[in-house]
Amino acid sequence: MVEILAARKQQVLEKGKDVFTIECEKPSTAGSVSQRACVFCGSRVVLYPIADAVHLIHGPIGCAAYTWELRGSLSSGPELHRLSFSTDLRENDVIYGGEKKLYAALKELIGAYKPNAAFVYCTCIIGLIGDDVEAVCAKVEKEVGIPVIPVHSEGFKGTKKDGYKAACEAVFKLTGKDDITPVPKFSINILGEFNLAGETWIIKDYYKRMGVNVASCITGDGRVAEIGRAHRAKLNVVQCSGSMTYLAKMMEEKYGIPYIRVSYFGIEDMSKALYDVAEFFKDDKILDNTRELVKSEVNKLLPKLTEYRKDLEGKKAGVYVGGSFKAFSMVKALRHLGMETVVVGSQTGSPEDYDYLKEITNEGTIILDDTNPLELSGFILEKGADLLIGGVKERPIAYKMGIGFCDHNHERKEALAGYDGMLNFAREVHTSVTSPVWKYSPARIKAAETARVAKERLV
Amino acid sequence: MLLRHTPKEIVERSALTINPAKTCQPVGAMYAALGIHRCLPHSHGSQGCCAYHRSALTRHYAEPIMGSTSSFTEGASVFGGQSNMLESINNIFTLYDPDIIAVNTTCLSEVIGDDLKQIINRAIVDNKIPPGKTVMFASTPSFKGSHVTGYANMLTAMVQNFAEKTGAKNNYVTLLPSFIEPSDMSEIKHIAAEMGVQYIMYPDTSGVVNAPMDGKFHMYPKGGTPKELIRASGDSRSAIALGRVGTFQAAQLLDTKCKVKTDILDLPIGITATDAFVDTLRKTAGVTVPESINTERGQLVDVLCDKAQYVYGKKVSLMGDPDTLYGLVQFCKDAGMRILHVVTGTPAGAKWDRRMKELTGEGTIVKSGAQADLFYLHQLLQNDRPDLLFGNTYCKYISRDMDIPLIRTAFPIYDRIGHSYVPITGYRGGLNLLIKVLDILMERQDRDAPEEKFELVM
Ligand code: SF4
Ligand code: SF4
Repeated sequence: MVEILAARKQQVLEKGKDVFTIECEKPSTAGSVSQRACVFCGSRVVLYPIADAVHLIHGPIGCAAYTWELRGSLSSGPELHRLSFSTDLRENDVIYGGEKKLYAALKELIGAYKPNAAFVYCTCIIGLIGDDVEAVCAKVEKEVGIPVIPVHSEGFKGTKKDGYKAACEAVFKLTGKDDITPVPKFSINILGEFNLAGETWIIKDYYKRMGVNVASCITGDGRVAEIGRAHRAKLNVVQCSGSMTYLAKMMEEKYGIPYIRVSYFGIEDMSKALYDVAEFFKDDKILDNTRELVKSEVNKLLPKLTEYRKDLEGKKAGVYVGGSFKAFSMVKALRHLGMETVVVGSQTGSPEDYDYLKEITNEGTIILDDTNPLELSGFILEKGADLLIGGVKERPIAYKMGIGFCDHNHERKEALAGYDGMLNFAREVHTSVTSPVWKYSPARIKAAETARVAKERLV
Repeated sequence: MLLRHTPKEIVERSALTINPAKTCQPVGAMYAALGIHRCLPHSHGSQGCCAYHRSALTRHYAEPIMGSTSSFTEGASVFGGQSNMLESINNIFTLYDPDIIAVNTTCLSEVIGDDLKQIINRAIVDNKIPPGKTVMFASTPSFKGSHVTGYANMLTAMVQNFAEKTGAKNNYVTLLPSFIEPSDMSEIKHIAAEMGVQYIMYPDTSGVVNAPMDGKFHMYPKGGTPKELIRASGDSRSAIALGRVGTFQAAQLLDTKCKVKTDILDLPIGITATDAFVDTLRKTAGVTVPESINTERGQLVDVLCDKAQYVYGKKVSLMGDPDTLYGLVQFCKDAGMRILHVVTGTPAGAKWDRRMKELTGEGTIVKSGAQADLFYLHQLLQNDRPDLLFGNTYCKYISRDMDIPLIRTAFPIYDRIGHSYVPITGYRGGLNLLIKVLDILMERQDRDAPEEKFELVM
């Protein structure tokens, strides 16, 4: 039996056995080895891909150093986002305030790099020493003539989700700037797609083939000017709903743009995402194009998946990811590979999300919120998973247990979105699960031995 | 090109750090704490820091890195983190059952002014700490110092909390290594063992962050120095601290607290510095240098003779942590290389700057502290181009931009494996390093040779 902290008992359930609603959206229990990050982290990951802006981290050096090249958000042009800028606060600044330093840093930075906008991230310390970041930013903005936007992401002020919200507020300030540049009739914005491993490019290509124009992608391969025109698109398509629904709501209110929530992972969700957009525009040509596109992509994909499925049929998986929407898609995508999800959880799910997870998983599945390595590894072992899907801190845990791993977080090197992404996903899962290296795993050797003995007994 | 923005002209920056050549204290403290057996590092502050520090170490070592957090919320930031810490202690011992909790503070808890000594005392009074277990802490504000300072502070806390002088001297020599890889920790142990010296070494991260795969997830891998040994170091016959910046404080404390005579040396990287270590070990433990160690030394010297012409006179620039840099510069000098630049983001102090300058001689640019970042290094390199660069993973952008080969020797290394398994300290480590350098330089020579000069034997 896996031991669970008393304070966490309501955050873990077994489908079919436990009937309560999962407790979530609360800070991690003090003392837990939590896999979660902070408000600042949430803001940073969302705004990170805006490539022609500078991202200045106001605080001590660590916060900047750890988020330097944090996620593989690719840019087709400028790459300013990939550098690390920090005010590197020292003791004196902490005592006397960091406003002067912030002002000087901004001026130096903007002078040297000529960006189209600047984001200033407030870290914990800033919230505490009470720098008037708004005032400094306003002053610099006036002097240099580009948007200089404070991001209120003090780490302790909530969870990663609050960081998403702060990021949405910051991006929102960039919208509504450009009413002149032409924007085609069938235009959408993609919200919450970050171009990890070039995924935005895959998705944009689908829309193009449908006859739909992507006015801006917020924030994958993002540009300040594009976001400035986003308010003139007809529809907002929200992919990472955890992070960007808030922005969609603000844009709906101010600009009257409706939004839909989609997921680009897995066959059903991807197809639905395209159809939903097509249906929104109610244009026969677009609808035809969409049908054609989905048909040809799925037809191309399915035979290849069948190949992988042969080896993966009946294998089991654990899923622990940041956002719960991704978890839904994973459960479905794994089913296409013949795999069952036996443990599934997220860092930021809501009660409804967990209810939905309950709906789509099998009896006996462990569903958990904000887990820790001890629990996670315990359940993986108990349920006999062959694969773990997670992020950077989960990878070595899976390997130590002698099971396969697939990164579905910031560090993925393979595009996993779209139909191409589904194929990459299948290949990665297949490679990892069937790798010959596991035959050296003592746990596997033991499991194989037990299975052999059991079989002999039967005979 | 990612770095096309870096201008050649160097202007003094007053407030901005670009592409830092350091990171913050807790990550070093966390690493040091992992070098104690059954110790769980604990980060006192908000979740974010802890998550980042664990990710950083996880990427660097490709190992599960454990560490708990006080999980500050807004309330804790206003009213102080005492209740979070007390609750943490309770939860950690209940659930994770470590022998030791090693707390590091973060910027946040430092600025709030949480008094950890008092909080831990309170936990003791309230019987929150089970018998035989310890909660220790190091103060690691990141608006001072760097990850190396954090390491040094945690190492000092180990002496403070455990080293005990009972009056009954034992025969051990205590070894205190600076921030180095587990492979280097192993190499130092290897030299001591080979020389027949009874030693205590802490921290010792070998077997913790380069543990074997055995099919299980271990919260506490087999390695790490047991706290009984750290305690016994207070009675040890003498001590040798390796790497001044990372160990100075701890070494001094061991001396004043327990009256253990301590020699502070450089990290044994390269022939000169390893000789100094071996010799000090010989004297202080009263042993003779065995043939096996002489052989290791002889092999390094032999290869250096064989291939000296390929390294002699080559220009190098180095970035990294102060202690490792000191060793590496000596190594490069042993090989007859010309040192162009030495840069560390760690504010290593005027004394370090001075010693480094003395070592490198005139004509080398030495810079440490806040504005010594990779942007600055890139500018230096544009003005005076080396043949070889030593540094961490982030230097790969410069390396690619300028087509200068990079040898990864600093923290962090996210994109190559081996550093935690293959040492650069000791004679054997020197040989590894030399082979790496030769490989990369000769590879270049082959690559760049005109057709008529491209030959089989080099
Ligand atoms: S707040 Fe301080 S301790 Fe935390 S990551 Fe930033 S620099 Fe490091
Ligand atoms: S200091 Fe605050 S903002 Fe920075 S990493 Fe830590 S929790 Fe996040």
